[in-house]
Amino acid sequence: MEIRVLGPGCPRCHEVERRTLNVLAELNVGADVQKISDIKKIVEYGIIGTPGLVINGKVKCSGRIPRPEEIKAWIQEEK
Amino acid sequence: MSDKKTALILFLVFLAAYFIPFSRTTVQNAVLESLLMLQEYARQHVLLCLIPAFFIAGAIAVFVSKDSVIKYLGPKANKILSYGVASVSGTVLAVCSCTVLPLFAGIYTRGAGIGPATAFLYSGPAINVLAIILTGKVLGWQIGLARAVGAVVFSVVIGLLMQAFFGRKGRDDRDESGFVTDHGAKEDRPLWKTAIYFAVMIGILVFINWGRSDPSLAVWYWIYRAKWVIGGLLAIGLAGMILRWFKKDELKEWTSSTWGFAKQIFPLLFGGVLVAGFLLGRPGHEGIVPSDWVARLVGGNGLSANLFASVAGAFMYFATLTEVPILQGLLGSGMGQGPALALLLAGPALSLPSMLVIRSVLGTKKTVVYIVLVVIMATMTGMIYGALAGS
Repeated sequence: MEIRVLGPGCPRCHEVERRTLNVLAELNVGADVQKISDIKKIVEYGIIGTPGLVINGKVKCSGRIPRPEEIKAWIQEEK
Repeated sequence: MSDKKTALILFLVFLAAYFIPFSRTTVQNAVLESLLMLQEYARQHVLLCLIPAFFIAGAIAVFVSKDSVIKYLGPKANKILSYGVASVSGTVLAVCSCTVLPLFAGIYTRGAGIGPATAFLYSGPAINVLAIILTGKVLGWQIGLARAVGAVVFSVVIGLLMQAFFGRKGRDDRDESGFVTDHGAKEDRPLWKTAIYFAVMIGILVFINWGRSDPSLAVWYWIYRAKWVIGGLLAIGLAGMILRWFKKDELKEWTSSTWGFAKQIFPLLFGGVLVAGFLLGRPGHEGIVPSDWVARLVGGNGLSANLFASVAGAFMYFATLTEVPILQGLLGSGMGQGPALALLLAGPALSLPSMLVIRSVLGTKKTVVYIVLVVIMATMTGMIYGALAGS
């Protein structure tokens, strides 16, 4: 699984990354998680507002911090 | 990397401890001033102004559906309308200035193009809720209002000019696939409930901060005397709404997003107040920088003072909200009202680091034109406001 956390480096984006890593650990799922902070690359995903969460190339959420349960559901559906 | 950083910080602290002449009275005064300024903020601004403002910012981030606004900034949006929306949407889209740059890049490359994007970029940092509220509370509502109005009006001018200079070339390479809109967050609350909820929160903030006025202005004075009653009634209403209209999950998200902003911004503001107090002192007192230097450079409302304030503001980096204590110090040391507004407009909109990011999106030529336009517009707004405000 390929997970990308989009954000220029503000605390809200770190929070998304932290929650994602926690959920992965909890589900015991391995994934390639990368933080993308280059604004030009962020824009290529076509999101409005950071933080954004992309799983397997699909934008799952943008402009807000998703709840851990939401992240869990997305990861399970992509697994 | 982080070890290197720690070492660097330790080294700088050591240099400061070694070389700053703490036995000199001017330095001692300045240190005292920075602590007194911090106390002034803690006593006058934190409880009644900043904390409610953070709750409002948190609520905007969680409860305001951004789709409806974004629609007007997409590639197919009406061109004229998109300028208007871009110039005011900073209030809801950019609750804190760290989100302005990604949004700008998005509007430019995928959305409405260079005009609305630069309009948003200019006004966003000046009209986000936290900035308006703190500017109005600390520096006075006149300059707070002037900041918001100046930013909105001149952002449209800058956007139109950028479009006129570069529009045709920019249009072809624009991606027509448009924005991916918000995912997951669905609103099940009717709009009027959300509207009342925000109105009541803003009402609480406005009324509990109501300033004392001349008893001859009967209505204002009456509101001032009744401010706790009005604020209390509104707070009871808010509590009722929170209990009846919101799910537990939503409230958790609200508090966590409020806490997120507080965690991010309070330390910066704390540092900003200390630095401003040390360098400039509270109004009427002197920090390490002599007041007559300030008065000579940016006193009065002349062209050179406004221009200097704009250029300095454009290059200087202000962490979110720290422009307010710094401006307070400068005004207290003799800065004119006009240059103050010029600095407030050019300062948060641009900084050396943000110029580099903007350049990576727009390219060198457009970035230079944008910077020049910002400096000119901020100077002009400063001169107009300075003439209106008198002093």
